[in-house]
Amino acid sequence: MNWFVSMLGSSIGKKLMMAITGLSFCGFLVAHLAGNLFIYGGRDAFNSYADHLHSLGPLVNLAEIGLLTLALIHILTGATLFYENLRARPDRYSVNKSAGGRTIGSATMPYSGFFLLFFVIFHLFNFHFVDKTHLTIFDIVSKAFSNPIYVIFYILAMIIAGLHVSHGLWSAFQTLGANHPKYMPIIMMVSLVFSLIVGIGFGFLPVYISLIA
Amino acid sequence: MTKTINLTLKVWRQQSATIKGGFETYHASNISTDMSFLEMLDVVNEQLTLDCREPIAFDHDCREGICGQCGSVINGRPHGPEKGTTLCQLHMRHFNDGDTIAIEPFRAKAFKVLKDLVVDRSALDKIIQAGGYVSVNTGGTPDANAIPVPKEIAEKAMDAAACIGCGACVASCPNASAMLFVGAKVSQLALLPQGKPEAARRVTFMVQTMDELGFGNCSNERECEAECPKEISITNIARMNREFFKAGLFSSTR
Ligand code: HEM
Ligand code: SF4
Ligand code: FES
Repeated sequence: MNWFVSMLGSSIGKKLMMAITGLSFCGFLVAHLAGNLFIYGGRDAFNSYADHLHSLGPLVNLAEIGLLTLALIHILTGATLFYENLRARPDRYSVNKSAGGRTIGSATMPYSGFFLLFFVIFHLFNFHFVDKTHLTIFDIVSKAFSNPIYVIFYILAMIIAGLHVSHGLWSAFQTLGANHPKYMPIIMMVSLVFSLIVGIGFGFLPVYISLIA
Repeated sequence: MTKTINLTLKVWRQQSATIKGGFETYHASNISTDMSFLEMLDVVNEQLTLDCREPIAFDHDCREGICGQCGSVINGRPHGPEKGTTLCQLHMRHFNDGDTIAIEPFRAKAFKVLKDLVVDRSALDKIIQAGGYVSVNTGGTPDANAIPVPKEIAEKAMDAAACIGCGACVASCPNASAMLFVGAKVSQLALLPQGKPEAARRVTFMVQTMDELGFGNCSNERECEAECPKEISITNIARMNREFFKAGLFSSTR
């Protein structure tokens, strides 16, 4: 197994871990957004969706452990790459100018990533680690978003999430070696559309909830 | 009559690898716009020599864009602002009268500044030594067409082989990664039948060496591809990654 560890520890191996964990998160976002769409069905629809989800019991716990593992790999590897990349150029240029390769998304990956880490923790404390004995999840959510500061913060966070995946999605394909003249333009387009779906799809939920609350 | 321009240069001067450097300002007067960037530096150096001052050290050799020796960072752009152009092939007509031009060496932990604009790029040679070759037993010269190669493959290999090893990809990469260079060198051989026998050990050892030399990790910023004077494509990086995974998972190379 030594060879496997050294393969993953190489520069390309670390990128591989970023790509696989990142793509898994993108899959998670699809599922999470689909579930959240029940909010448009109203209080009962959303609550019954949440009940159905939790009735899966151990499967939910398994998914949570899985996501936590992926998150640990993604964050620790991302932080290692960020640190190593800073060290790879100890003396900086006095003039920096892009030749047009990088995008806002690509240039901010580590920063948007670390922001997302704090957001995810905040988000879990908002809606996951809360006492749900007296209130339904819909009530908790609508109470939170009756506060405009929460609404603004969540919208901002979702824009940043969109930014992170706008580079992350196509970049993961490139890292996995899936760059083909026929398919790369499609992958690029899908990344753009997906990042808009994440930004607008999640970002509009707090607005909607605060409007009906 | 040729047009001439006057420029202010801010040039990185550094006596040796161990002495701290800094920017110095020079005036380049009556520079013909037909000159190349290096010829402009020659003119400045001639004046410095006449003034009994140390001329600016910079790397160059062929001056026709094929050897990969030249290269400095011009206003934040390795090899200057023109696409697909080496510094020796960059003409002064791309600058305007009165411009201020900042000239710095390529910067990366793996590229030590030796003097002024001259950097030690032997790290790239070490990567080549780790596997960027084919081993062929000598004997009678085989017929050129003895091994058929599809034209598309031959062209891809040729495109990758256009890399002149200048190091601008490393210099332009926000992470000082050498993935475009290594991707080109791995691809050029991996694509062709002659490169297949050693493909697994080649990619494994070249990547290993690249990592050991302190280059950064690619984050697909694509600055290298935009800056490369030979316009090497990042599809070569994707191919190297595929070769690397294939070698890691399915070959006995470790
Ligand atoms: C929890 C906090 C997060 C942190 C700290 C973080 C950090 C990072 C960093 C630093 C990178 C760049 C790696 C590199 O430059 O090679 C990255 C890439 C990526 N991230 Fe995240 N991220 C986080 C959350 C997410 C989420 C929620 C998603 C999913 C939507 C995601 C998807 C991706 C993808 C797909 C990549 C690209 C992988 C590649 O370039 O091969 N990340 N992340
Ligand atoms: S890939 Fe391009 S920029 Fe990098 S060394 Fe080769 S020719 Fe120079
Ligand atoms: S001097 Fe040879 S490529 Fe510029």
